[in-house]
Amino acid sequence: MYRYDQYDHLIVRERIAQYRDQVRRRLSDELTEEEFLPLRLQNGLYMQRHAYMLRIAVPYGLLSTKQLRMFAHIARTYDRGYGHFTTRQNIQFNWIELEQTPDILLELASVEMHAIQTSGNCIRNTTTDQFAGVAADEIVDPRPFCEIIRQWSTFHPEFIALPRKFKIAVNGAVQDRAAIAVHDIGLTAVRNDAGEVGFKFMVGGGLGRTPIIGSTISEFVPWQHLLTYLEAVMRVYNQFGRRDNKYKARIKILVKAVGPEEFARLVEQEFADLKDGPETLTREEVERVAAYFNPPQYAQLENIDPRAGHEDNKAFANWLQRNVKPHKVPGYASVVLSLKKTGVPPGDATAEQMDFVADLADKYSFGELRVAHEQNLVLADVEQSKLFEIWQQAKAKGLATPNIGLLTDIIACPGGDYCSLANAKSIPIAASIAQRFDDIDYQHDIGDIELNISGCINACGHHHVGHIGVLGVDKDGSEWYQVSIGGAQGNDAALGKIIGPSFSAPQMPEVVQRLLDVYLRERVEGERFVDVAQRLGIAPFKEHVYATPIPAGELAVGEDQYA
Amino acid sequence: MPKLQHHEQIIKGREVVADDWHVLRLDESETPEAVEVPAGKLIVPLKVWQAQREALIARAGANGQIGIWFASDELANTVKDDLDKFAVVAIDFPKFSDGRGYSIAFNLRKRLGYTGELRAIGDVLRDQLFQMHRCGFDAYATRQDRNIHDALKGLTVFSETYQASVDEPLPLFRRHPRDVPLEHSDVGAGI
Repeated sequence: MYRYDQYDHLIVRERIAQYRDQVRRRLSDELTEEEFLPLRLQNGLYMQRHAYMLRIAVPYGLLSTKQLRMFAHIARTYDRGYGHFTTRQNIQFNWIELEQTPDILLELASVEMHAIQTSGNCIRNTTTDQFAGVAADEIVDPRPFCEIIRQWSTFHPEFIALPRKFKIAVNGAVQDRAAIAVHDIGLTAVRNDAGEVGFKFMVGGGLGRTPIIGSTISEFVPWQHLLTYLEAVMRVYNQFGRRDNKYKARIKILVKAVGPEEFARLVEQEFADLKDGPETLTREEVERVAAYFNPPQYAQLENIDPRAGHEDNKAFANWLQRNVKPHKVPGYASVVLSLKKTGVPPGDATAEQMDFVADLADKYSFGELRVAHEQNLVLADVEQSKLFEIWQQAKAKGLATPNIGLLTDIIACPGGDYCSLANAKSIPIAASIAQRFDDIDYQHDIGDIELNISGCINACGHHHVGHIGVLGVDKDGSEWYQVSIGGAQGNDAALGKIIGPSFSAPQMPEVVQRLLDVYLRERVEGERFVDVAQRLGIAPFKEHVYATPIPAGELAVGEDQYA
Repeated sequence: MPKLQHHEQIIKGREVVADDWHVLRLDESETPEAVEVPAGKLIVPLKVWQAQREALIARAGANGQIGIWFASDELANTVKDDLDKFAVVAIDFPKFSDGRGYSIAFNLRKRLGYTGELRAIGDVLRDQLFQMHRCGFDAYATRQDRNIHDALKGLTVFSETYQASVDEPLPLFRRHPRDVPLEHSDVGAGI
């Protein structure tokens, strides 16, 4: 993975000095809270319901074991012993003291990490495929370009006070696992007929209040022009994006207002002036960064059947089927460690689990791991012959729930338990659904399904693209949940459709049950839930869900349990 | 009467200096066409310049100097043929969180080749100065309820940057050989 050189270190250290002084000025009231707010946000520090939350950047989701152990240390020393992995492949800590944040940043810097631009109206952490570099269907390894974008966007002087936050995702594989269609800029690394690398530029996708699938403004921008083309998009947005209403300020609203063709014309006009300028990437620079992502020293192995010798072990078979992914090198596999055990908030990991995963990665996966935007952890480079022992060890720590891509692999934001923006809680809903459908055989029968929960319209739980999407809404001061179906991420990204009036929290498990009843009744061979939902539309689902009243019993999981 | 704003001191380059310009701001009842432009060294709104161009050129010719200021929603190329007529060009930051002024500055310097004084006015605070400087500003009328000498520190936050901009025509990867690991360097060790 990328390692800091002296300049990266210098910039991060000078940043800490700057931030430490900003905190000092805030504490001595030289800065008002209003003035301090954008400064701390650009350092990932949010004021939440109970305390400050610090979001730390995990650039494109790639971590060394040293870095993960640092998270465990921070969890123990400055927080309550756990952290929360996010849908932007970052980690956040929910119980942080303002006074301690400069010291936390200093600790992070010692392992080449920071919290720069993890929030605020600036370019955020670039995300990518959690299987980058190892996926069998990869065309171009996106990670060097993600790192190049990270450096270019870090403290970009012109794009530090944008109309609104700005998120870039890069996919380099046939299957999009980076949700590029719902990003402000979604890049797909491709090769042209001559085999040269370039990027398909999608802009103006997004979720939130106005969910929109991005529009392609260029089919092929040669790699040399990646940064100058990005700069062109950013300058058009910075000048013309709306600033009068924060709900209309994302680039998607601008692209929609002027139309993708006109937006593309504005970008091309801007780009004409930047093309071949100094930010044009050189082969040397790309090769320098790419060298950090050279494959590790793989052993010469043959593919094996990891079940051999464990034919009767159904639990292991389930795990192999759901949590182990193919690898491009023979004899290797990628393992997804589930952070979705029933009874645990999605994406949460304890300090002990983090240390344990770091040990696993050191022993079995070249000392590196990844954070998936579905809020799980990935050991990307594991020998197939080691899968059984990894499974046994992970299982003992509650990290081997065989539910990847299944009903209980729920994506959820922190919701009303933590977040001051939320209308409703997300975690208890996830917990009660997970508890209702804990039967792994039933889950395997249902098969691939994505259930996403957001506590408010900001859509941090990406509910619009969930096969089943749940949105917390406020009605006269109480918490209700609106349900949509048929959303999808990836190559066939689609936005879900709302099935009807919203539900109370205790009704939600039964609502999901009724949706699944319709699916089981209507599916034909090989169809996933989302296929049925898209084929039939909402009507049969709606009819069945609302056919008889749903009793509003007690929530299966106490709301205060995770507060 | 139009409102005139004056800063006793501003930052120029990296020094605090006395200033004798006044910034003219229209109140809601005034129009760019009708407003009476008083005597003295004045920085007038771009719209006033456009509305009263001939008179202001004559006035500048008679007693020397005039400047204009851009509102954050105005574009640099609006006055591209007049830039040599101004002793100072200012850009207003109505709120520190409004970043359009950075792009106006970039365009004035990089696209239009403006080389005269480029001044930040409005909600200008210490923590913006570094990026303002990077985008081509060389003068800063910082907010008067804050210590201007303190604000000066905002110009020296970083000693290296990744990107090219107005202050630094080349990105880091074209300026320095990279990949020198930290153990062979004492850069930043004293921070």
